[in-house]
Amino acid sequence: MTKITQRLGGATTVLALCAGLVFSAQASADDLAAGKKIAFDRKKGNCLACHQIAGGKLAGTIAPPLISMKARFPDKAKLRAQIWDSTVANPNSIMPPMGRHKILTEKEIDLVTDFIYSL
Amino acid sequence: MKKTLTLLLSAGLVATATQAFSSPKQDLEKFRTYFEQRFPGIELNEFGNGPYALDASKRLQWESMEEFPPYEEYVDKGREIWETPFKNGKSFASCFGKDPSKVRVKYPHWDSKTQQVVTLEGDINKCLKANGEKPFGWKKGKIAHLGAYLGYEARGQKTNVVIPNDPKALQAYEEGKHFFYAKRGQLNIACADCHVYYSGQRIRGNTLSAALGHTTHFPVFRAKWAKKGKGDGLGTLHRRYGGCNKQVRARPFKAQGKEYRNLEFFHTYMSNGLEINAPGYRE
Ligand code: HEC
Ligand code: HEC
Repeated sequence: MTKITQRLGGATTVLALCAGLVFSAQASADDLAAGKKIAFDRKKGNCLACHQIAGGKLAGTIAPPLISMKARFPDKAKLRAQIWDSTVANPNSIMPPMGRHKILTEKEIDLVTDFIYSL
Repeated sequence: MKKTLTLLLSAGLVATATQAFSSPKQDLEKFRTYFEQRFPGIELNEFGNGPYALDASKRLQWESMEEFPPYEEYVDKGREIWETPFKNGKSFASCFGKDPSKVRVKYPHWDSKTQQVVTLEGDINKCLKANGEKPFGWKKGKIAHLGAYLGYEARGQKTNVVIPNDPKALQAYEEGKHFFYAKRGQLNIACADCHVYYSGQRIRGNTLSAALGHTTHFPVFRAKWAKKGKGDGLGTLHRRYGGCNKQVRARPFKAQGKEYRNLEFFHTYMSNGLEINAPGYRE
């Protein structure tokens, strides 16, 4: 938690939030709901196994909670890249490389990215 | 699908092949120190209680289960199997010696004659075959009952695996070690990720146990394995290995195949000095 607060520089937050408003207008409510479903599904993203996410139950404690994503990932493409292959940023990551190992399809990763970006 | 998994598996093995060589003794010291520092104040033998050593909220429920443990009847069944003579009039004592409390602590071990790791389960079935009996299944049922009895009789004795200074034995140990640290399966997760680096954390609702102490309480009774179609609850270490491989969507290896025997060699050695407390109860 403290890590996240540290990363949230004041100015970046404001900037990111503005950018976020513009971006989130792009994903429809249906898409967000679909992305959430994939993220929570144990047979799909299963992000809750490790990350706390608003609206999810029985979340794990392994990974940073997914909140304030626009502040942490002003560039949405970088967020998608992290989900597609977590081992680029951290070769030893326990996080499954969702795209590289075809755990999720490209379309599913788009939907999950939209949902996570809305958090 | 099968092809992709094989590819992923070999990719995992390559990734760890670059690990620097260190002697088993050095590995053991590092391993032990890691957990002592990660969980200060937890007594060494406590690690044999898996997640319950690390999670106070789960511990209470577990302690109440251990008061009337569901595995007791299987310890009794195991004793019966031990005592019942084969058709030829001999019994397991003809292979393992008369004292059932002295068996468990000898396994796993390196057999210099056959140049491989020998496990308790392997020798149980070898004994049956040598006496003209049908071997047991590898993962549950009678083999686990007998294992539970021999484990129970050995309670309190210390795990004491010897890695002889023989290149082939060291190679088997290294292979087990690589297996343990290699990323595996579609989910790309190593045993060590869950049971070393994130031990004590929760993955969904499960508290991840430390790999230190993993082998002391096998065979284990799991509530999950006591459901229709899964058996009577008791299972061997290799059954658990298969389950943990499947969790990361890797193809499990054959119980008692070379991969899991070598893994058991490394994995049990890492718990040297910890008391045997088999059979255990797990949720
Ligand atoms: C098995 C554990 C695990 C699963 C499952 C998992 N993650 Fe992660 N994730 C991590 C860990 C650990 C990190 C921290 C960085 C690292 O070690 O790679 C992380 C980091 C992240 C980050 C970067 C956070 C930051 O602030 O830097 C994002 C975004 C993320 N995960 C999204 C997801 C999404 C979306 C899913 C599901 C589709 C998911 N994760 C599934 C373990 C997991
Ligand atoms: C994705 C996470 C994950 C991976 C990877 C994983 N395990 Fe597990 N393992 C678990 C969970 C969850 C449990 C049940 C809770 C516990 O005891 O840790 C478990 C339990 C165990 C147990 C039983 C512990 C006990 O106290 O009864 C053993 C032994 C074990 N794992 C060994 C392994 C080995 C060896 C590997 C690699 C081949 C492995 N695990 C890979 C998640 C994992």
